[in-house]
This record gives sequence, C-alpha cells and structure tokens, in this order.
Amino acid sequence: MRRRGAAPGLLRALPLAPAVVLLLLFLAGPIAYCVLIAFTDLQLTGQAHSSFVGFANFRRAFADPAFLNAVWLTLVFTVLSSIVGQNTLGLALAALMKRASRPVRAVAGAVVVTAWVLPEVVAGFLLYAFFRREGTLDAVLGWLRLPRQNWLYTLPILAVSFANVWRGTAFSMLVYSAALDEIPAEISEAAEVDGAGGLRRLWHITLPMIRRSIGTNLMLNTLQTLSVFGLIWVMTRGGPGDRSQTLPLLMYEQAFQNSMIGYGTAVALLLLLVGALFSAVYLRLLRTEV
Amino acid sequence: MARALTRTRSTRTRTRARAARRRTADACLLLVAAAFALPLAWVVLASVDPSAGLRVRVPHALTLGNFRAILTPDITYTPLLNSLILCGGATALTVGCAALAAYPLSRFRSRLNRPFLLTILFATSLPITAIMVPVYALFVRVNLIDTLQGTILFFAATQLPFAIWLMKNFMDGVPKELEEAAWTDGASPVQSLLRVVLPLMGPGLAVVTVFSFVMMWGNFFVPFMLLLTPDKMPASVSVNDFFGNRGMVAYGQLAAFSVVYSTPVILLYVLVSRRLGSGFALGGAVKG
Repeated sequence: MRRRGAAPGLLRALPLAPAVVLLLLFLAGPIAYCVLIAFTDLQLTGQAHSSFVGFANFRRAFADPAFLNAVWLTLVFTVLSSIVGQNTLGLALAALMKRASRPVRAVAGAVVVTAWVLPEVVAGFLLYAFFRREGTLDAVLGWLRLPRQNWLYTLPILAVSFANVWRGTAFSMLVYSAALDEIPAEISEAAEVDGAGGLRRLWHITLPMIRRSIGTNLMLNTLQTLSVFGLIWVMTRGGPGDRSQTLPLLMYEQAFQNSMIGYGTAVALLLLLVGALFSAVYLRLLRTEV
Repeated sequence: MARALTRTRSTRTRTRARAARRRTADACLLLVAAAFALPLAWVVLASVDPSAGLRVRVPHALTLGNFRAILTPDITYTPLLNSLILCGGATALTVGCAALAAYPLSRFRSRLNRPFLLTILFATSLPITAIMVPVYALFVRVNLIDTLQGTILFFAATQLPFAIWLMKNFMDGVPKELEEAAWTDGASPVQSLLRVVLPLMGPGLAVVTVFSFVMMWGNFFVPFMLLLTPDKMPASVSVNDFFGNRGMVAYGQLAAFSVVYSTPVILLYVLVSRRLGSGFALGGAVKG
C-alpha cells in the first residue's frame, strides 16, 4: 500500500531535531569540553588564558593521595552499597514478597518505595538524623545494650553506604519482583516436589533464570551509585577530613573550593570513563533487545 | 486407598510447610520494613513535635507550629515555586522533544535508528554528576549561569535520553494500522501523532511525565551548581539553609519542610503506580 504524503527521509527525521540539538548542546558539548579542559590548567580566578598542559592533570591525580583515597572510597561505597547492599537486599525482599501475605507485602513495599521516591536531600537529612550521635540508631543500640558511637564520625563511609542502600534498594526490589514473576511456577514447584531445598533451588533454578535481570540491575545500580553527590554532601560533606570523600565530592572540591577547574575536570573525566565502561557493558547485556 | 491417603497427607504437610514459610517471610519482611521505616518515622513525628530532636520519639504534645514557622514566602513558597518552574518547564520540554523524537524512531524504518537508539541508551547511563564541572565552565562562558532558562535546558537534556527511550517503547505498543487509517483519511504525520498516537499512549505519556518531574524535583546537584542567587533556588537546594545559615538547627522545622517538599512527588508516584503497577518507572529500560 502506498501512503499518501509519504515524506522523504530528511523530512521524516525532522521531529528528531529538537531533541538532537538539546542533546548535542547540553550533553555531548559538555562532554567534549570536559575532554578539552581536562588537558588545560584552567582555573576559576585571576587567569586570562589557560594553556594546554597535556597529561599533567592526570599524572598529578595519580600521584595525589587525595585522589587515590577518593578512588578507594568510591570503590568501597560502590561495592558495599550497590553490589552487596542494594542488589542482595533487593533480591531477598523480592523473594520474600512472593511468599509473604498480602497486607505485609503491601506495607513493606510502600515503606521501601517511599525511601526511594523521597528527594535526595531529604533522604540525606533523614539518614543524618538516623546516624548522628543522639540520633535514632544511637538510641536503638543503647536500648539493645550494644556499644554506641557516632557513626558519621567513626565510620562515615559505612554510614553513607547504608544510606545509599536505604535509598536505592527499592529499584532492585522492583526489578527482581518483575523478574521472579516471569519464572513459571511449575518449574520451581517441580523442583520442590523433587526435594530440592531452598538454597539449591535458588542456586540452580532461580538465579540462572534471572541472570540477565541481575546483570542489568547491577549495571544500573553501579552507575547510579558512582554519581551519588547530594546524599553524601548532606550527610558528611565528604568528611570528617576526607574519610567519605568519593570521586564526585573530590571533583567538586578541587574545581570549586580550590578553583582548579582543569584538575577537577580531569577527575570528572576519569569518573566519566568508568561510567562509560559500565555503560558499554550494559549495552552488551541488552544487545538482543534493540 | 492407602496410596491416596499418603498423598493427602503429603499435600497437607506441604500446605502446612507453606503456611510456616509464609509466617517466616512475613516476619522477615516486617523486620526489614521496620528498619526502613525508622528514618521516615522521624521526619513525620518531628514535624509535629514542639521540641523535636534527632531521635525518633513520640511527641509529648502535638503542634502545627513547625509548619506555621516554615510556611512563609521566604522559606517555603518561593523555593517551591522555583522548583515548580524549573521542573515544570524542563518536564514540558523533555516530554515534547521526546514525543517528537520517538515518532520517527518508532514509525519509520531507517538504517540510522539502531545506532541512534544505542547512543541514547548509552547516554542514559552516563554519570551526569561527572560533567557538572565542564557544564559550569560552559555556562559561565555563554552567560547561562544563574538563569532559570539555562538550568531548564540542561535539566531537559539530562532527562531526554531516558525519556526518548521510554517513549519509543510505549509508542511501539500503538498499532500502526490505526494510524494508517488516519493517513488514508488525509491526516499528516503531525496530525496523526497528535490525534491518534499520543492519545492512545496516555498511560505511557503519564509515566514519562511523572518520572521526569520526580527525578528533577529531587535533584540537588544541578541547581546547586548552575544557580547562584538565593531567590532563584529550588527547594532541593534551599533546604540546605536550615543548616549553617540559620544558626541552631531547628529540627522540627527542618522536618516540617521536608514533609511539605516531599509530599508532591510521593502523591504523583502513588497516583501513577496505582494505575500502572509498581514497576512503572522501569518500563522497557530493564527488561531482561
């Protein structure tokens, strides 16, 4: 059938124009600019021209204990909160949801999802109040007669990791609930009748069947966690000292508090590269779908 | 006979085992939910507590004083209005551009579709936080720093990849035949997009709109970097003033403000997820 008024190719692509222009100007542009100024000594103040300095910013970064500290903390934060925390807890919650009674499921789901929907800064406050000395956790520990401490001072990176688990687990829970729903009931029932225990069913049936959801979920969680700024900023400002200063906070400090835009951007570029790497893996995982 | 008896017995043990398992699952879930609820309980209780501290506790007396103290133009109305302008503007821009862009991607076949979609998908997962420093430098150069329109444009650009991706998936669900009928009646592609396709994907459109709005409403880093003047700040940044600037932290007021600021997005989420199931925001993004 021939359509009337069939537009030629260029005209058909026209609706793409506004989106493409926005993306080029405000996303691709800054990324290109990022690459450019990471190789200069651009500063915020008192400098008319910046000059090309090659890899100096990167060499400086890799020799800078503050940078290495931030890389380490970012790694700890990401592994603890996203890969271990959000991912495992999300799967556990989804599995429990399938077995629990309806009202309990509704209540638990609502609470966990509310933590996810709250604005970042509000979540930061709530967890600041939770972990501070004299805060709720302190009270609970005292009530249980466990040793009390000021978590934000003694173990700040652990506190912000827990905060990120609190905030981000809902996403994994929703992903895994959807994935578990797609497993045909007959398969796990058959295994159950054959006498396979819970752990064996999990390992041999459930996990293999949802492995692609696990892959994409891990990828998205990790990317999300890599770029967390507001939550940590509100809770600790990266401190005390630099004991919860992950890469985004280091980038901010170098570029703005120390006015080293070039150096700060070099840090940002490294973060972007790690993100791009994860993104590429994510694309590979989805490759059959596009 | 004996065989049938064993079978019923084994079914009965299995039902009993299942009931026991349900109780265990309920207990575990309630425990986790309680842990998750503690910080939430703090904000709700502290907001009506005349002498709120950092700890969860049932107030000795109830008061609306905290709300009364914060419901002033300075503290609440201006920041919320700014949030509304920023997020509303950026959401409108995002949804408009995404709907337009999704149309050719969903309807016409082209060699460029696949690379374009892959690029979009790649861009959805880039850490936007990382480019805030160059964006700041760029905005200073082109005089967009400290302007609402500049922030709106950047906000829209950051949401666009995911919005286009979702929108395209929803649009694929609208059968092409309906549109072809409109074409034979002489409708142009623009008309058929506006009159046929978009109305048919109402829920999808709602998902993209609400999702974009909620993401931007809670975003702290972007306005924190791109806006400088206090009276242009949205609520996500102005809430910071409760610390520092105002001296002693009034926790009750902080909690009251958090409640006021969070309520719209929670309501929006509830509204949309009621209609579309809890996994609404995930759409086609994490099928697997």
